[in-house]
Amino acid sequence: MVPLSYYLILSVIVFFIGAFSFLTRRNLIMMFLSIEIMLNAVNISLVALSHYMQDIRGQILALFVIALAGGAVAVGLIILVLAYRNRKTLKLEDFNLLREE
Amino acid sequence: MLEFLLMIIKTMIVFAIVLAHVAYTTYAERKIIGRAQARMGPMEVGPHGLLQPIADFIKIFFKEDIIPVKSEKFIFQIAPLIVLVFTMVNLTVIPFTANFVLADLNIGLLFILASASIAVYGIILAGWASNSKYSFLGGLRSASQVLSYEIALALSLAGVVLASGSLNLKDIVIAQHNTIFGIYAIPQIIGFVVFIVAAFAETNRAPFDLPEAETELVAGYLTEYSAFRYALFFLAEYVAMYIMASLCALCFLGGWTVPKFITHIFPFLHKVPGLLWFAIKVYAFIFLYIWVRATFPRYRFDQLLNIGWKVLIPAGIINLIIIAFVKKFH
Amino acid sequence: MVKIIFVYFAILIIASALAAITRKNLVYSLFWILLMFIHLGGLYLLLNAEFLAMVQLIVYAGAILVMFLFVIFLLNLKEEIKEAVFLHKWSSRLYGILFLLFFAFLGVWSFKNNFKGIYSIELIEKEGHTKVLGTVLFNEYLFPFLILGFILLVPLLGVGIVALRRKTNGTT
Repeated sequence: MVPLSYYLILSVIVFFIGAFSFLTRRNLIMMFLSIEIMLNAVNISLVALSHYMQDIRGQILALFVIALAGGAVAVGLIILVLAYRNRKTLKLEDFNLLREE
Repeated sequence: MLEFLLMIIKTMIVFAIVLAHVAYTTYAERKIIGRAQARMGPMEVGPHGLLQPIADFIKIFFKEDIIPVKSEKFIFQIAPLIVLVFTMVNLTVIPFTANFVLADLNIGLLFILASASIAVYGIILAGWASNSKYSFLGGLRSASQVLSYEIALALSLAGVVLASGSLNLKDIVIAQHNTIFGIYAIPQIIGFVVFIVAAFAETNRAPFDLPEAETELVAGYLTEYSAFRYALFFLAEYVAMYIMASLCALCFLGGWTVPKFITHIFPFLHKVPGLLWFAIKVYAFIFLYIWVRATFPRYRFDQLLNIGWKVLIPAGIINLIIIAFVKKFH
Repeated sequence: MVKIIFVYFAILIIASALAAITRKNLVYSLFWILLMFIHLGGLYLLLNAEFLAMVQLIVYAGAILVMFLFVIFLLNLKEEIKEAVFLHKWSSRLYGILFLLFFAFLGVWSFKNNFKGIYSIELIEKEGHTKVLGTVLFNEYLFPFLILGFILLVPLLGVGIVALRRKTNGTT
């Protein structure tokens, strides 16, 4: 039997890999993918907690997270494609129209 | 430990039988299409060309394995394996008879859908890694085709799941046997037709073989592949055909069982082993694949997507609603 | 035995996540993330969540990642990928992450599990995971489920609008 803390530690590590990538990569698609990694890390802990606490509701939350991630990615990628069409770039620093020069 | 060994041996036997089937399906395909076009088909190797698949096999495995210089080597090499592994793994959840199934999963149907959706990556990545325009277009076409038709496929299977109340393929067959008709193909005729059309598109077969439409795209995502990597793709395509045929036999045609109203009239049919019934149903579906290939012209790509999104998916939803109402008020 | 399988999954998840975030070529990152998602599915199987494992594979690996792949191909990002800045001012970010990681570990270690619900492993195995999940989902969480349906409708309309606008631009 694997203790619960192992799963939680795994979840934390994967979450921070995603967070690190989100902060360091400047490519919008890569940042999106990092968000997906973080969401999955949260899902690990949700499912693990649900299993060890013997309560199915954690898994339902994980199911909602998966479905919402699908919707979020679809919307995000539409915005991304439109942004690319207007600015011809995906670097985050180039989206600075509203900033004072 | 002994159980584990037994499991491995069983798996090997199933895989070997399926591979032998694949080899002779290519032969049957060439013969049937030959007859449909008033030719003889392969005749040279062995009596009536019966050894032709073996000759092809030897030829294709001794050819030089060419890897294009400007391709992405790693993905180029691994892509055929992704497709083959995620197709072959489906064989483990298919119940061939009442008590022969390699892995009796509670979620067998979802497992098949999941591994089919992962196998698409092999095709897209193969098209991308070849670094060729034809391959790339073929890969993209395949991806959009398989993704759109997987929704229709899942919707038609959702009707079956709703009617039988289980995701386990074995339980689906048993629940099916206990209904009046004995097969779901009769009450769920809309779902059955949707499933058949979607199955053709899902396996990239004619008339939906646009990813490898040779008149437009040379050979689609297969253009840069040769020798045994090509053979792996080829194998995966035929195994996928068999998976779809078995799925059709299990979910719509009653698997290894015979409908009760038939056995009432012909009681001697009880003596026929279940495996034979299953095999007959699968072979019939494979024959349909080949027949359609010999008969229908290829669709245009926009026509293909229109059929998928504007006809099959609404039809699947209507089927699902009908089943839900019948289930509720029956 | 279960521990060995867990360690295998954990190592592969972490390794492929690391590989994914360090690749310069987006297609390779996607490939590694695909590997990670498949192993996450395996991990869910280990936790008796078989339905969730399959949903993970179908939705995440089968749909979401393919969308990413399509966008990467559609935008043809070959030139940009090479100049993408990785680890820009990396040391401060790394320290920040390590600092937060420390607190997260502290939280994990101080976590005490003294709650036991009614959905024991035996019950789930007897009833079937899909059935249990479905019962709770459609009884207790029906309203959130309906809202979820509406939320998923929004991207569908969005995609339609974007595609329509491009069509009229092309003709006029």
